[in-house]
Amino acid sequence: MNIDIKNENGAAIARLSGEIDHHNAKELRAELDRFIVTAQPRELAIDFGGITFMDSSGIGLIMGRSKLMKECGGRLEVRNPQPYIRRVLKLAGLERIVRIR
Amino acid sequence: MEILNEIKFIMPSLSVNEGAARAVVSSFLIQADPTVEELSDIRTAVSEAVTNAVVHGYRRQKGNIELTVRLLPDRVIYIKVRDKGCGIADVEQAMEPLFTTAPEEERSGLGFSVMQSFMDRLTVRSAPGKGTTVIMRKRLSAHGD
Repeated sequence: MNIDIKNENGAAIARLSGEIDHHNAKELRAELDRFIVTAQPRELAIDFGGITFMDSSGIGLIMGRSKLMKECGGRLEVRNPQPYIRRVLKLAGLERIVRIR
Repeated sequence: MEILNEIKFIMPSLSVNEGAARAVVSSFLIQADPTVEELSDIRTAVSEAVTNAVVHGYRRQKGNIELTVRLLPDRVIYIKVRDKGCGIADVEQAMEPLFTTAPEEERSGLGFSVMQSFMDRLTVRSAPGKGTTVIMRKRLSAHGD
């Protein structure tokens, strides 16, 4: 599991790669939260292009970060999920909560 | 029913074994030549079932999780995930979408929904104090050959 965060004038992008499950979601969550709270970006896009596996742990991860972004006055977006990950997101009705591109 | 091939994998309830369980299932299923989508579906369902055992079944104590994968006739894949943990008092309620007893860990309550929608059949047997057994089946499409 890898994460690479770039922040340009309040518009941040977090590129994830590897697998998201309950085991490694904890670490990912901590790292994203640390960034959101310290940098307070206006927008945060989480790029799932490099994610090769995700179960429902990823749903909790997205919903939790979306809530934190809102609390900090910002907005979360999900980018480039593979078709199979898109199905997991759809099952959770996540497109009603966050923008998926 | 005739079992064409079978593998049993016993692991302690450590979260790192969620990935190990997926790897075991993937390796075993190579012989059945599933499509990429079928393999993703099965790997996801197994991940959910094993995670449930780690997070809920063995929440208070550690124990073993037993994963059984069978190849049955007509390209049917049978998967059993069994724990001897605390069990579920109300299985029907546990299977409701978004129901979770671990919101603090950001569990979305969608584990059983994922298993149901990615597999053909799902059976859950559980009793408080006796553990939980999840049985799933999926028939692979006929292709290749």
